Amino acid sequence: MSVIRGRISGQPMDMNRYLSKVVQSIPPSGIRKFFDLVAQNEGVISLGVGEPDFATPWHVTEQACYSLEQGETMYTSNQGLPELREEIALYQKRHIGVEYSPANQILVTIGVSEAVDLAIRALVEPGDEVLVPEPSYVSYSPEATLAYANPVPVPTYDADQYRLRPDVLEKCISPRSKILVLPYPCNPTGGIMDREDLQALVDLIIKNDLIVLSDEIYSELTYYGQHVSIASLPGMRDRTIVMNGFSKSFAMTGWRVGYACGHPDLIAAMNKIHQYTIMCAPIMGQKAAIEALRHGEEEMHRMVDSYNYRRKIILSGLTSIGLECFEPRGAFYCFPSIAISGMNSEEFCEKLLLEENVAVVPGNAFGSNGDGFIRCCYAASIANIEQAIERMGRFLNRHTYEESLNLEA
Amino acid sequence: MELTKKILHLMEHDAKLSPKSIAVMLDEDEATIVAAIARLEAQRVILGYSTIINWEALGENGITAMIDVKVTPEREVGFSSIAERIGRYPEVQSVSLMSGTYDLSVVVSGKSMQDISGFISHKLSTLDRVQSTTTHFILKRYKQVGFSFEEPHEDKRLVVSP
Repeated sequence: MSVIRGRISGQPMDMNRYLSKVVQSIPPSGIRKFFDLVAQNEGVISLGVGEPDFATPWHVTEQACYSLEQGETMYTSNQGLPELREEIALYQKRHIGVEYSPANQILVTIGVSEAVDLAIRALVEPGDEVLVPEPSYVSYSPEATLAYANPVPVPTYDADQYRLRPDVLEKCISPRSKILVLPYPCNPTGGIMDREDLQALVDLIIKNDLIVLSDEIYSELTYYGQHVSIASLPGMRDRTIVMNGFSKSFAMTGWRVGYACGHPDLIAAMNKIHQYTIMCAPIMGQKAAIEALRHGEEEMHRMVDSYNYRRKIILSGLTSIGLECFEPRGAFYCFPSIAISGMNSEEFCEKLLLEENVAVVPGNAFGSNGDGFIRCCYAASIANIEQAIERMGRFLNRHTYEESLNLEA
Repeated sequence: MELTKKILHLMEHDAKLSPKSIAVMLDEDEATIVAAIARLEAQRVILGYSTIINWEALGENGITAMIDVKVTPEREVGFSSIAERIGRYPEVQSVSLMSGTYDLSVVVSGKSMQDISGFISHKLSTLDRVQSTTTHFILKRYKQVGFSFEEPHEDKRLVVSP
């Protein structure tokens, strides 16, 4: 094994001193540490994944293969294939009722992750504040930090089914507040925002002149009526960037295709960064996405029905073993409280993995106020969900018993 | 979708689902589901329950043939009478009326080719209205009733991801 050494001293170089302070300041994803632990064990039943358990519908994959056979292996325009942008425009019109011009209001990205990063970088000055409801997906705050902005966590609560409350939001707003992230339907909680919940935020957003980044990647996975986008509310269209993609609804996580829709000036600014860093989303993924939007809805609805059945099975199972959980109405996660175990999230998840070989994700990975909760993904087979529930029940019996002994002693 | 259809769609893919699980999935009482299934059985909407088995995996070498049968239809009853008559033989797995160049498709299982050729020459061909038969033996199955015979794809997802 070769070791890089400094030319003169012959000592190993301390590479950290070359790293940017801002990169050093962001912690690695909280899930990473846990992943390493899980990966060492065999025979784990995992409710820790964050993606569908379906393979991409075959007609979508087949279409991408066909386009490769046709030699379509080149760059596309920076904004993405015109046919794809047209399909996205049609989709958004029927899905959220907002019209975007394929010419200059839609940008195809490498998943919503890239879109969020582009939007933050296009909008913030150093020191601006990005309001991030928590618990939520892990990347918003680090992306803000990397753009020299300050992420400001806005707590959401189990008692509110993790809806963002205007009074809580208002307390977190300062003169430097610039962006509000709206990650609904929410990973990890499964919470959603109904039209009234969104409407209650509008005055506050407009009064404080905020731009909203609405991450709607789970928008097809709602189990009581259709998703509502804040962009469809009066006065919000121009100050909202809607972000969506194909990963969750069409089981296409590995294709890495998403998009942003918004005001032409914002999209143009995002496209500037995109063209220098990414050039374009991969063409095969874009071809697959066109097929998904044109012919994939029936199969997508079948997958959503299947998640919904499993949502009910896991919810009933969690309740039966004494883990309290509000009914998640979107995405494919449950976020039960583990208060009865007397453990914190990380301790619970580590012990559950070591003792019962079940992987779930500690709630604090999604923000500090997620501690005391765990994320259970029900994109797993019913047999595995039932087996996991049985093991968790056994685990809780053992530990709540120990807990009561400790209290007596 | 009405409740009975939802129940049937679930059971069509997994007959082992317990009434209790179905009740949870459809927000109903277990008793309601049990009663609905009993009713569907009584109405012969649910005809029975069977298991899809990969006998080849056990080295069993039973044999199945699909037989294209041309028949002369009968006044009043068309093809039904002869189709039902063919279906009475226990070795017959299924009988369907087809569009195209022949009339009935008959699937027959037996222990050996002799079994099946015996059935065709002694029983099927000798029926009055049967004009001709063409027999295709099944060499290998790849997919049946929605279940693939190939090894299932293992779950390749990362065990933990954000």
